[in-house]
Amino acid sequence: MNRLPLPALKYCSSGMLVRIQHPDPAWYPRLFGILTLLIVLWPMLVYSEFKPWILFEAQSLAASWHFLASFAPPAHSGEFLHLLLVATWQTVAVATAGLTLALLGAIPLTLLAAESLSVSQIETGRMRLAGRLVRQAARWLLILLRSVPELVWALLFVRIVGLGPTAGVLAIALTYSGMLGKVYAEILDSSESQSTQVLLKNGASRLAALFYGSLPEAAPELISYTTYRWECAIRGSVVMGFVGAGGLGQRMDESLKMLAGSEVASMLIIFVLLVGAADRVSTLLRSRLD
Amino acid sequence: MRHGQAFALSDVSLTIEQGQQIALIGPSGAGKTTLLHTMACALRPGLGELTAFGLLPWSLSHAQRHKLRARFFLAPQTPPLPPRQRVVTAVLAGCLPQWSLTRALLSLFRPVEPDLAWEALSRFNLQDKLYARVDRLSGGERQRCGLARLLVSKALVFLVDEPLSALDPVLSLQTLSVLQQEAHERGATLICSLHQVELARCHFPRLIGLRCGQLVFDARSSEVTDQMIADLYRHEPAPAASLEVLQ
Repeated sequence: MNRLPLPALKYCSSGMLVRIQHPDPAWYPRLFGILTLLIVLWPMLVYSEFKPWILFEAQSLAASWHFLASFAPPAHSGEFLHLLLVATWQTVAVATAGLTLALLGAIPLTLLAAESLSVSQIETGRMRLAGRLVRQAARWLLILLRSVPELVWALLFVRIVGLGPTAGVLAIALTYSGMLGKVYAEILDSSESQSTQVLLKNGASRLAALFYGSLPEAAPELISYTTYRWECAIRGSVVMGFVGAGGLGQRMDESLKMLAGSEVASMLIIFVLLVGAADRVSTLLRSRLD
Repeated sequence: MRHGQAFALSDVSLTIEQGQQIALIGPSGAGKTTLLHTMACALRPGLGELTAFGLLPWSLSHAQRHKLRARFFLAPQTPPLPPRQRVVTAVLAGCLPQWSLTRALLSLFRPVEPDLAWEALSRFNLQDKLYARVDRLSGGERQRCGLARLLVSKALVFLVDEPLSALDPVLSLQTLSVLQQEAHERGATLICSLHQVELARCHFPRLIGLRCGQLVFDARSSEVTDQMIADLYRHEPAPAASLEVLQ
């Protein structure tokens, strides 16, 4: 820059503060940033074959309209509803069992990964080398667990344990323990830690300090995140149904292949109801805490 | 004791016998809290040596030092009680160093020694609040609730940071006498930082004056004169404020 920074404001003779014309030094970097973003984004859209106008070609429109028109009325024969009920139950069961297993893995990893439970951090402001290594190892394990999408785990487990819900449960357990552990540790670290630290300073064990100091403060957030993850697990178990892990997903796959719009419509209604129910559970649990 | 670049405390040399009752006085920012934390083995001195119960805490192993901490009870000025917790749980948290983890977890579901908490609270006239939530308490009640935690602990050294800051004069006297009585009955050492200089002079046999991280006096209260107190709290003239005026 060859210009000296000059004050952007000055008082005029009447004493009022007026803005004087000066080029904004942030303008060119911002313009450059936006242009760069567009230049980087364009090839991505091309490579991902993003062609939304195909949606509006006459042939596609006719096909979509045909399919959508078959949605009404949603399928509601007694036999189909019974089938749907069993599949829904299986989906919810896969999500719940998977999440419970995930919690079993996530809680110990959270305790290892959380920083607010370090006694040596209080003593000298630094963690001991051993503590740092254990925390780092726990964090890497969490990254490893959640970096593989549950669908990939499911495809892997379908090969090992065969078609059926077991593969879905194991896939959710692995991926979700990584997600839950990471977010739990971050919630605990960012919650008000004074009460925990005082308990540690008075000689309480780390776990006791966690349960008596941090947990009461972090509980609403932990519950909210856990029920949200349960909701995600329900969606996840539907998706895994498409690769043979049972439940609503597998039924939906069959109905889609047969272009049975009315059956698909009933299932979509079930999805909305399930997510709505998860939302209610979360609200109910959190209101119990206040 | 180092804080950033400068030492928060320097040249502080003290010997404290078990069972003594000491008031720590001095202007804000003198290092009273840092001294209390250092004595509780919570902060590691940057230089110098700390001996407690005939042991060198900072030469002990990590686990042994943490075990030693159970013999101290550090009560910070702002009571560290989680707002959503019930009073009974917050008070019984003082038992955590001697409880097993199983017992601690059980007590979260159903308080295992509610009588103990009730007795501790009744010493401060708070027994009615046993099952109330901490965020329903007033500032003064919260402060005394934090001190009830001290009563249920098994500590032999009470390090109390300004226990009277949220209390009216009458409650201050009552609270102080509960602390002193408990320390006396238990044979525990009581070290209390106070801003109420008159209370400190009347009720504590030994006074320690701190100023700017340095020991100004360490004397029997009968030997502390008004002049010593005045010097301790003397205000340095503030540096002339420089104002920039926009033209």
